[in-house]
Amino acid sequence: MSDYTYLDHAATTPMRPESVAAMLPHLSQHFANPSGSHRFAREARTAIDEAREAMAAVIGCKPGEVIFTGGGTEADNTSIRGVLARRGGTSVCPAAEHHAVLECVHVTHGTVVATTATGAVDLDVLATALESTPDASVVSVMVVNNEVGTINDMAAVAKVVRRSAPTAALHTDAVQAACWLDLRTIWPHVDLLALSAHKFGGPKGVGVLIAREGVTFEPALIGGGQERERRSGTHNVGGIVAMAEALRLTDVQREAELPRIAALRDLLVDRLVAELIGVHETVPRDAKVAGSAHLCIEGIENEALLFLLDEAGVCASAASACAAGAMEPSHVLHAMGVPRELAQGALRLTLGTTSAEADVHRGVEVIVRAVHQLRRTSTVVS
Amino acid sequence: MALSGGVDSSVAAAELLRDGHEVVGITMRLWGGESDTGCCSVADVDDARRVAQQLGIDHLVFNFTDDFNEHVVAPYVSAHQQGLTPNPCIECNRHLKFHRLSERADLLGFDAVATGHHARIIDRDGVRYVARGEDMAKDQSYVVHMLPQRELVRTMFPIGDLTKAEVRLRATAMGLRTADKPDSQDVCFITHDGGRTAFLGSRIAFRPATVVDAVDGTTLGAVESVEMVTLGQRRGIGLPGGGPKRYVVDIDHATSTVKVGDESMLLCESMVVHDMTWAHLPVDGDVLVQSSAHGATQPAAITLEGNTALVQWAQPQRRVSPGQSVVLYDATDTYVLGGGIAG
Repeated sequence: MSDYTYLDHAATTPMRPESVAAMLPHLSQHFANPSGSHRFAREARTAIDEAREAMAAVIGCKPGEVIFTGGGTEADNTSIRGVLARRGGTSVCPAAEHHAVLECVHVTHGTVVATTATGAVDLDVLATALESTPDASVVSVMVVNNEVGTINDMAAVAKVVRRSAPTAALHTDAVQAACWLDLRTIWPHVDLLALSAHKFGGPKGVGVLIAREGVTFEPALIGGGQERERRSGTHNVGGIVAMAEALRLTDVQREAELPRIAALRDLLVDRLVAELIGVHETVPRDAKVAGSAHLCIEGIENEALLFLLDEAGVCASAASACAAGAMEPSHVLHAMGVPRELAQGALRLTLGTTSAEADVHRGVEVIVRAVHQLRRTSTVVS
Repeated sequence: MALSGGVDSSVAAAELLRDGHEVVGITMRLWGGESDTGCCSVADVDDARRVAQQLGIDHLVFNFTDDFNEHVVAPYVSAHQQGLTPNPCIECNRHLKFHRLSERADLLGFDAVATGHHARIIDRDGVRYVARGEDMAKDQSYVVHMLPQRELVRTMFPIGDLTKAEVRLRATAMGLRTADKPDSQDVCFITHDGGRTAFLGSRIAFRPATVVDAVDGTTLGAVESVEMVTLGQRRGIGLPGGGPKRYVVDIDHATSTVKVGDESMLLCESMVVHDMTWAHLPVDGDVLVQSSAHGATQPAAITLEGNTALVQWAQPQRRVSPGQSVVLYDATDTYVLGGGIAG
């Protein structure tokens, strides 16, 4: 990777070495099934219990509220579909949610509400929607938007939900939040919260659903009854231990990392805006997280831009990709009212703990060169 | 290299590599809707990606669904509404493979665009022409006939010199997973189960039509949709079996009338072809004319009037459905001179 400039931390983060180290013993000598009844099983069980407590400490919840899952999507699905299955009623979410939430709301014929121009949930619209949806049983609002980095004020969201839909469970997809926000400030406002380990230096394929005591749902997976019958399936012991270590370190280092990464992001965006014409910052910096730079670049198509960046060793992204791997037009930018032509030039650059100033300068040089190349002969009129 | 996930483009990519080219595989995502056999389903993209991995080349997917809708699907639907029988694969080649893709390739700094078509590009005194592929049974020069000089100079057909059997042999020898994959059939955005009727029926309002005798005008029956009837059709027009063979010999969309008659009434002396494009300069006089993807060529004389060609057949020929592509070949039936749309 040394020849590469990685500006795609919102897609996934490199694993923290400490997280890898914590994981390895569970892939070799400590292989036992924690549900077993012998000493090796008990050792594995201890590792899981410790990981659960470590996670709870960072999130500010009770250990019993931590449910290990196979990732963020599973946690989102379990929350929304599980509450609907248990309580009936309908679901409500804003239009800029991640597909893991949006699809759950779509397939259950729930209500999707408008966002503001920054991609944040429009609290007035949400209140009106909830008041006209008396059977709303689960409301889902993400903490941080995965594409544009916009932060939702969860205290304000909770106030609206508790007032307008007092019986509804409030779920939040906090997958993009862990690196940037103290989760202890989020958890008190919600009933269900989803995290994914690989977004904060842990491994892929493991995540967590935090479910407030007393908030019940139908499990997505039934079988052996693990996780107090809320998520069956043999524990991914190595993944869980590695996730807990990654989250612990993320939490410890957050305060020091935030200003450092914010400064890098500012340098990145300031240079691009200064060196190229027709570059628009999609969301004001004070409305979003420190590691996120999202731009709309006039007169280019991001599919072509990403090819040139890739050729030059710069990893970035645009919107989400479809099953075939093609870029899809961004539903987030659409929800924000960004014109389709400008959205074609959307570029997401996201920084993280491994980012350094050299990455920023290299990224800027490559992006500026690529945009010039594409504009020289581009047929897209800016 | 446009990689569809089929055997032809797989081997074409391998041929380019063997010849020392630097190759990047591109799969175009064209159709976002339902599909089963088509060139853009996810399973085909998986095949394309695995072939690229096996060959050690980069593979990307470009999303051209908007362009495909605008230039291929929407015109296909509206052509049917107007009573035309369009060829969407030709429009896809014209607007997607040899315009959208080649423009982007140019923008990204590529020197050429290659596809797995069974056709060749030849040089005659410094002028490039699309020529027939080695395998006459699989020849696709008809569907890439519209390439102008600016595209011909930057287009490559690496398997044009191979027969289909040779292509499959090479794929097998290299262990490519597409070696035994069946050839794609029909139009990629139309499913086998629903067919053309289901596709068009959900997009346009079908108009019922009266079936009449072309000679005496007596009413013989009715069909549910005049849009689904094509010239020369024999079945599915609600006529009882037995008796002499009867064909659709004329379709009047304005009055929703389908006229049937015997085969001789399908024959004509000449036809008009509009929207002509040319490989190089416009050509008139004696040529060979092909008016369907795998039909034989027929001798004819061409008279030009602006962008329109009058085709005077040497022998009377069956009428060509309006909307079909008509392609002119040189007197030796080797290369494409130009082509247009039957009026």
